[in-house]
Amino acid sequence: MEINQETVSHLATLSDLALEEDEAQKFEGDIEEIIKYISQLDELDTADVEPTYQVTGLENVWRVDEIRPQEVSSEELLVLTKDTEKQQIKVPRVL
Amino acid sequence: MKIADKEHSAVATIKHALEKAHKFQSRYNVFNWINDDAIKRAEEIDARIARGEKIGRLAGVPYALKNNFLSRQGGTTASAKILTEFSSPIDATTVAKLEAEGAIMIGRTNLDAFAHGSSTENSYFGTTKNACDFERVAGGSSGGSAVAVALGIVDFATGTDTGGSIRQPASFNGVYGFKPTYGAISRYGVVAMASSTDCIGFFTQNARDLDLLMRISAGQDSRDLTTLPNFYQDSKVQEVRKIGIIEDFDPEHIDTEVLNIMQKRVEQLQKSGYEVVKLSMPALKYALPAYYIIVPAEISSNLSRYDGVRYGWRSEEARDLDELYKQTRDQGFMPENKRRIMIGNFVLSAGFYDAYYLKAAKARTLIIQEYMRAFKQCDLILSLVAPNPAFKLGSKTHDPVSMYMEDIMTVPVSLAGLPALSIPVGKTAAGLPVGLQLIGPQRSDRTLLRFAEQVADLGCGEQNITESNKREEK
Repeated sequence: MEINQETVSHLATLSDLALEEDEAQKFEGDIEEIIKYISQLDELDTADVEPTYQVTGLENVWRVDEIRPQEVSSEELLVLTKDTEKQQIKVPRVL
Repeated sequence: MKIADKEHSAVATIKHALEKAHKFQSRYNVFNWINDDAIKRAEEIDARIARGEKIGRLAGVPYALKNNFLSRQGGTTASAKILTEFSSPIDATTVAKLEAEGAIMIGRTNLDAFAHGSSTENSYFGTTKNACDFERVAGGSSGGSAVAVALGIVDFATGTDTGGSIRQPASFNGVYGFKPTYGAISRYGVVAMASSTDCIGFFTQNARDLDLLMRISAGQDSRDLTTLPNFYQDSKVQEVRKIGIIEDFDPEHIDTEVLNIMQKRVEQLQKSGYEVVKLSMPALKYALPAYYIIVPAEISSNLSRYDGVRYGWRSEEARDLDELYKQTRDQGFMPENKRRIMIGNFVLSAGFYDAYYLKAAKARTLIIQEYMRAFKQCDLILSLVAPNPAFKLGSKTHDPVSMYMEDIMTVPVSLAGLPALSIPVGKTAAGLPVGLQLIGPQRSDRTLLRFAEQVADLGCGEQNITESNKREEK
């Protein structure tokens, strides 16, 4: 399928990426090549084949529903962010 | 592995490892960070030995940590700018288990950012050079870890393998590299790439050390619900008599020297009494396209958490929250990260999901069924690791698909969750190491490692370590 700047820009939006124009142009060709390559799966007959998402057959691994002590305190986590106020993470305006 | 005891002090061992690490760093760019505080840990081990306390099975053994494992020592960056300011408050389960046995981390090794790549050229911290030829790539994504072991800086290094990231660099640098059965080792505290194939594994100089590392690190973990109930420690070693060889890879795309080395080893095994069975596995041809649909899909989901808000690097120019996300991610990821995220979003998006993602998930079923049929005809499969020895730096960076082709022989195994081991078996005329891949059914990990020891005893195993030590003395 053909990939154009519109597709790249749509994918960049879905991916939360503010691509620079020259990079978007380079990606247009790359993505087209990659999609051409992965499209060879079309040749494979998969009628009546079930998809696989998990390979070891584990299913519904439960644990006891109990409160466990936390390994890390909120103070230790808050030091990882750039900006905090009143024990909250601070970000620029939303709107 | 030499563990610390009354004759070999941990301090002397660690000092030696740190000296080597610093010496090789400028030439090979093995590490993102070297842990000079490791000496303090060594002093603690020596003090415990002096007091007659019980020490662990890895007491004083220096190791290198792939820089996508969380550990409270040094910053975990996954070799990406977006995590440059991140220091983990926790240790990964694997790190905790290794250190409880007395292993000492002397450095964090370089990788393709977020483990996206097959050459360690996609790192924010520069390229790691091959241990045997520094005009060539180390392989990847665990290139730094492979080179750290090949140069004899450490006895072992951790790696992660999603589609070949342990096996291929092991082959390129002439060391052992093991990817266990999916779910054998906990991934808690390891930066996620593609959750349905991500595996933790190791690089060593021999198969016996891999067995010890598996005994220590394998097992169920309530913090990683995909871990399998403990099986490694108690599993029986099965006798290996029949070895399968896959016929379907097109010899035209394989380096002749590499093919000849494989052929020689196969003949050697036949002479030693093993039966060689030829396997027809036509679906394997579709493993690489299926992998480069499934894995980017999972990457696009796993990497959505990196937004500059809660941890890591944050773009300072953003005027609002939307710009903050978009600019942080644009400037914080490497181009290959962005390509994979975008491809992932493409194959999952409305209108394309059935044609790509669902189709690939069905192809995955056919690949698994093909391996199941194969293991009815043979005990283990022997295959190449990569179609070529280490390639020249920069030769594939401008063509993503040619870089993906590097993984053609390793990704089928990953899609099926099988254990596989890269063993060093020879060198090309130019002195580049070549590895072969031993593949077994799920949970046959012990059989695989034991067989690798037997292969080494036959003289098939050829290590690179002596030469790298020679080089060091120059």
